[in-house]
Amino acid sequence: MTASEIGGGFGGKTHVWAEPVALALSRKAGRPVKLVMTRDEVFRASGPTSATSIDVKIGALKDGTIVAADATLRYSCGPYTGAWAETGAMTAFACYKLENVRTVGYEVLVNRPKTAAYRAPSAPMAAFAVESAIDELAKKVGMDAVDFRIRNAAQEGTRSSYGPVYGPIGIGPTLEAVKNHPHMKAPLGKNQGRGMACGFWFNFGGQTCVDLNIGMDGTISLAVGTVDVGGSRASLSLVAAEELGIDYSHVRAVIADTSSLGFNDMTDGSRGTFSSSMATISAARNAIKTLRERAAQMWDIPVEDVAWEKGQAVAKGDSHGNLPNLPLKEIAAASGTTGGPIAGHSELVADGAGVSFATHICDIEVDPETGATKVLRYTVVQDAGKAVHPTYVEGQYQGGAAQGIGWALNEEYIYGTDGRLQNAGFLDYRIPVCSDLPMIDTQILEIPNPNHPYGVRGVGETSIVPPLAAVANAVSNAVGVRMQHIPMSPPRILAALEA
Amino acid sequence: MRYIRPSSLEDAIGLLAQATGKASILAGGSDLLVKMKGGFIEPDLIIDIKAIDALGHIRESDDGFVIGAAVPCAVLGENAALRRAWPGVVEGAKLIGSKQVQGRCTIVGNLCNASPAADSVPALVAAGAKALIRGPDGSRTVAVEMVPVGPGKTSLLPGEIIESILLDKRLPNSGDAYMRFTPRTEMDIAVVSAAIYLTLDDQGIVQFARVALGAAAPTVLVVEEAAEILIGSRVDDGTLERLAQACSAACRPIDDKRGTIEFRKKLRVCWPSGSRSPPINVQDRNDGRHSSFDDN
Amino acid sequence: MMAGIAVSTTINGDIAEFLCHPDETLLDALRDRLGLMGVKEGCGTGDCGACSIILDDRLVCSCLVLGAEAEGKHIETVEGMAQGDTLHPLQQKFLEHAALQCGICTPGFLIAAKDLLAKNPDPTEEEIRFGLAGNLCRCTGYDKIVRAVQDAASVMRGA
Repeated sequence: MTASEIGGGFGGKTHVWAEPVALALSRKAGRPVKLVMTRDEVFRASGPTSATSIDVKIGALKDGTIVAADATLRYSCGPYTGAWAETGAMTAFACYKLENVRTVGYEVLVNRPKTAAYRAPSAPMAAFAVESAIDELAKKVGMDAVDFRIRNAAQEGTRSSYGPVYGPIGIGPTLEAVKNHPHMKAPLGKNQGRGMACGFWFNFGGQTCVDLNIGMDGTISLAVGTVDVGGSRASLSLVAAEELGIDYSHVRAVIADTSSLGFNDMTDGSRGTFSSSMATISAARNAIKTLRERAAQMWDIPVEDVAWEKGQAVAKGDSHGNLPNLPLKEIAAASGTTGGPIAGHSELVADGAGVSFATHICDIEVDPETGATKVLRYTVVQDAGKAVHPTYVEGQYQGGAAQGIGWALNEEYIYGTDGRLQNAGFLDYRIPVCSDLPMIDTQILEIPNPNHPYGVRGVGETSIVPPLAAVANAVSNAVGVRMQHIPMSPPRILAALEA
Repeated sequence: MRYIRPSSLEDAIGLLAQATGKASILAGGSDLLVKMKGGFIEPDLIIDIKAIDALGHIRESDDGFVIGAAVPCAVLGENAALRRAWPGVVEGAKLIGSKQVQGRCTIVGNLCNASPAADSVPALVAAGAKALIRGPDGSRTVAVEMVPVGPGKTSLLPGEIIESILLDKRLPNSGDAYMRFTPRTEMDIAVVSAAIYLTLDDQGIVQFARVALGAAAPTVLVVEEAAEILIGSRVDDGTLERLAQACSAACRPIDDKRGTIEFRKKLRVCWPSGSRSPPINVQDRNDGRHSSFDDN
Repeated sequence: MMAGIAVSTTINGDIAEFLCHPDETLLDALRDRLGLMGVKEGCGTGDCGACSIILDDRLVCSCLVLGAEAEGKHIETVEGMAQGDTLHPLQQKFLEHAALQCGICTPGFLIAAKDLLAKNPDPTEEEIRFGLAGNLCRCTGYDKIVRAVQDAASVMRGA
């Protein structure tokens, strides 16, 4: 199987659709078969995320300490079970330190299209319910929404609501950063409201295989098996260059086909850069071992006396002091006479994907006459562990926020009384357009993941978890009515205002 | 399927009249190609009218403006004289789809697509625009609101083509405006929309008014009661309140994916508070929901 | 062998000729007959802008144009933006700002931004946002795209 540029991922492409039909046709015909879905068909047949209904109950002492939390989460899953209630139930209270917690998830069979994974599947809806309730509870106990969350935030050593004990985590630091962010102090005008909310995602590691091949000219070809959906080739090239101590422009990452690499799990669970960088580092270190051996051979000295520094073999020890360093390029050029091609490989299960947390702030203005909303300002604070390619990490934060804002405000599958989807197209399924959004500020926190050599955590999914709640809290604060239904489209807001 | 690009209107009418199967006129294509893509129509003959020189221009004369059927909406926005005279008409035309769509779509196409939510039609109706229709039996001129007769249906007879849209010269102390409500700022279809044309006397009292609503009924709705409320007034707050009530009472919207009856009846396309009436010039918009008004 | 319509056009400054079906879109002709894969199909109905081209100095969706209509026209696609190895300032700034993730919307944004800056060399943020509202991006949240266009505009003005 060869990899293609697949466009955005977001989980929806981790499922098999009608590909087996194309395969069968191709076998029959003895010719290539191309499967094309129209946008209409993608909307109708590839599967949206679940529609949900969630009940949350949280109890706190007057001093603001949460003592118990309970949630019942119902996720629609079309005609098949095996969908997403579990991740919703597991993530719902993951931000908080709770002695007593219960979550019950249901998968509800409905006469609707099957559902599919969508970026941190099931977590955003759970966070919408929980973070809305947290805001209400903070008001009840008379505490600031941020302070209330800081008081109850999980920390290193806390047993998470879904079982494991947390290592070093970022929920507290993102909340502290939000508390001190200038956004929180900016004045608001008439009909404007500010909301904030937290979010959690597990992240995933999985089976990963990478080849790092060194050409005779000293350039690096990095063969990766996680399909690039957001710039991971650039990030992984940076990692390879960093390990080898060479210039980024000498590394070229390619997404290899299945006959060129060992098995790779698909690009899901925010694992692309996390797991493939882990394998790239390991492959580079294996290559460096070989490079040192070749240099030792070229110099005729023991390999123990050869170090690898800044892209060069360096002879160590008093007896070799005057040997000029051997750059990677020279070792590569000589490889034909020193033992053949030089490459590093890595096959691993990338265990220990660090969990990640984010806290978002949203300012919104509501037109009380029409129910229309305008996002005025938006800030994302998220723990990346280590941001390998900071601009792409910011892009993941901003993109997740934008998708979440769309979901919160106007994105909706509208079914007729006949059960058919009525808005199967980009004109009436209203994802945000450029003029709907402000700039999205980001703050990257780096609390290293102890299980990754550089401290990397997945970053792609966490950013969509808080926005539904952050926007809902902002709208609720703007209009003085608790918004319990998304999307908060103009008719719903107007109805809430008049209720 | 055949594709023909005639160079004269006579040829186009001849082709249309003689067509044995389904023949479709292609101007901007932003409705036709979408319908073909969706399999809703499969024409046997496509008549591309863009090579007909007479249809490709906006002409200004002593009587007003003649806008050819093949003029893209973007060109309306680039015509300074038209923008000055009929800002509401231009506003409506420039709210259709995206920049990309506006580079192709035409107001005649928008009219003949006969969608109740067509953005360019309410302002044309309020402005008293006429359609010059040519057919095998000669030409006729009708008020634009006579063209759509229901969703997707027009009063055009077999073989007829709209050659152009005619707009009068703007009278002194007069102006027009168009506004719509959409959930998104751009790339959206009006949930409900409104266009207005007013003429004032020297004292600032409304002498003549026409109000048209979009997406409020199967075709664009001319609200006579609204005009009556405006005439004789200075468009003060009380008048506007009565105007809003009259419009809500007159509209007969439907529930669909873009809005509910209840929401559509409630929506008021708002006059920005603090603006001095009468509205005359629509500035370049920065927001699809509310146009800005200025005294001329 | 098809009974096609012969179309002669100019694409990125070069004469290009192709045969197409009467109901074939220019998008399909550019991709399937001329190999210009920079035009992307995101919807086929003019709602996403991924297939944007400049047709006789006007920004359009090539999915809403028939191939046959291109006769005698001048077409600009993303493939014509770089001069040899030198990227267009917009391309350079998209790279520097990481204004793309999956890349599918990028050619459409580049062409739409080129058209925008040709007509308005010093746009405000709001003018950029409304000017690019016909191009959908699901990955970036638009922030870096807007910044890249602002930066490129500044470079192109010689500022």
